[in-house]
Amino acid sequence: MTDSKAILREQEQGLRDLADHLAAGLGADLLDAKIALGELTIRVPAERIVKVLSFLRDDGNCQFAELIDITGLDWPERAKRFDVVYHLLSLKLNQRVRIKVETDEETPVPSAISVYSAANWFERETWDMYGVMFSGHPDLRRILSDYGFEGHPLRKDFPLTGYIEVRYDESQKRVVYEPVQLQQEFRRFDFMSPWEGAKYVLPGDEKAEGQK
Amino acid sequence: MAEVSIANYMVNFGPQHPAAHGVLRLVMELDGEIVERCDPHIGLLHRGTEKLIEHKTYLQAVPYFDRLDYVAPMNQEHAFALATEKLLGLEVPARGQAIRVLFAEIGRLLNHLLNVTTHALDCGAMTPALWGFEEREKLMEFYERVSGARMHAAYFRPGGVHQDMPKGMEEDIVNYLPRMLKVIEDIEGLLTENRIYRQRNVDIGVISAKDAIDWAFSGVMLRGSGVAWDLRKSQPYDGYEKYDFDLPVGKNGDCFDRYLCRIEEMRQSAKIVEQVIAAMPTGPIASDDRKIVPPKRGEMKKSMEALIHHFKLYTEGYRVPEGEAYAAVEAPKGEFGVYLVSDGSNKPYRCRIRAPGFPHLQATDFMSKGYMLADAVSIVGNMDIVFGEIDR
Repeated sequence: MTDSKAILREQEQGLRDLADHLAAGLGADLLDAKIALGELTIRVPAERIVKVLSFLRDDGNCQFAELIDITGLDWPERAKRFDVVYHLLSLKLNQRVRIKVETDEETPVPSAISVYSAANWFERETWDMYGVMFSGHPDLRRILSDYGFEGHPLRKDFPLTGYIEVRYDESQKRVVYEPVQLQQEFRRFDFMSPWEGAKYVLPGDEKAEGQK
Repeated sequence: MAEVSIANYMVNFGPQHPAAHGVLRLVMELDGEIVERCDPHIGLLHRGTEKLIEHKTYLQAVPYFDRLDYVAPMNQEHAFALATEKLLGLEVPARGQAIRVLFAEIGRLLNHLLNVTTHALDCGAMTPALWGFEEREKLMEFYERVSGARMHAAYFRPGGVHQDMPKGMEEDIVNYLPRMLKVIEDIEGLLTENRIYRQRNVDIGVISAKDAIDWAFSGVMLRGSGVAWDLRKSQPYDGYEKYDFDLPVGKNGDCFDRYLCRIEEMRQSAKIVEQVIAAMPTGPIASDDRKIVPPKRGEMKKSMEALIHHFKLYTEGYRVPEGEAYAAVEAPKGEFGVYLVSDGSNKPYRCRIRAPGFPHLQATDFMSKGYMLADAVSIVGNMDIVFGEIDR
């Protein structure tokens, strides 16, 4: 038990050193660095991402040679609604780092393919799922969704049921696409307590309003 | 003589093809029999797992992970459990950890048995598949005994495992292992020195360590190229540091080296299984934090508190503090990671699944360029592709 705590402390120290090193190396490009749950997250401006990734890959004290993942995050209430999240791994130093950039539907993020070949499909997937554009990507096609699919399914305003359903039609002897028809209204329970900040009107509330 | 224009030949490989390992569609451009370009079309098994998980509580999300890489289901759950525990700051008791390691290694055996033998099938050897599947079935019986399901186990839950192992199971596993090792030896006897198998695999799909890292390879695909990297060693989780095992590492980075690595990894897994069982601690199998781990049924009969906890946990679930966490395990196919973002509610705000097969398949074009069409089959088969996790 004390062993694992000591290891954790050592790791935290390593991450702090790394954060300091990045602050020195990236200068104004580093908007924010924070360590939480033993993971280092840095924020950088979207237009500088290629430079930041090259630095992280090539610098002797970083050597983040492996791109683990690129994905998106949707915060619809924000002006720049998307975060693009990069996870990097350094095999040499046995460390991980997470990089976040902000963008919106219109502004493309520079593609990371020139730095990591593996970025290709990860960026295609992020485009497919969130509609985040990547400039300089040679082949920004959809990857997971159907041929001819419209919309970006992982956006928070895309319904879980989708818009189109597919079935095999026996009379036409082919697969037909139709708008989704639900046999029962889609129910989503939020389990928010009315005493603890549910912000919508609960059925019956209007009676109390009328009494005033 | 009139000029003849020679066009390259396009081949649609799959999505319904026995060597496509599921629903892979490869659009290949061939020059004679040489692969010029290879464009994998994926997504035919896309079920929107990540979106579905955003609409489920943390406990309800667990079974989705069985359906990702359905060849080694529990290894996927492991990553999700670790990510959730990281956000909750939950400690798993020693016995829970040991059971997890035990079944994660059985999962590795399941996976490698399937991959090695079906890859041999792709290369024309039929017998290993029949032998391998028999052993797989026996290993899945252990899954079934412990969780009630052969494949879709939902056994590794945040906080520990669902239930304790039945009595006598440890001995049965230990008694069974020598038999499995014998079968592995037999399979190796059929394949390793086999002329046809060697011709189909040696110097096929060669990838250097540098390229493998650039293409985000992990697991056997990386070790086959000579990079000694394994998360069980470098970033141990659930007490892997306590067990003594070796990392097989390839030299040439070809299909044959990766096959050899898998064979040796099975032996090492068996070794870990033996060690886990020999040092199996007693005690609870899951955290005793009743706000997260549901109580046992017996307890519910006597305690009102337990009944309330049970009701709350199976309807509302538990709330996870705001934050984000990435947890990765060394799944049989490579680094399987889960990136969880919580907004403090009872459902994940975002659950990103990082499947190892995704970047591996991405490199198909890079790896099969310049090889023959038949070699492409061997390369794809050797990558250990399972569409459940790639398409999600």
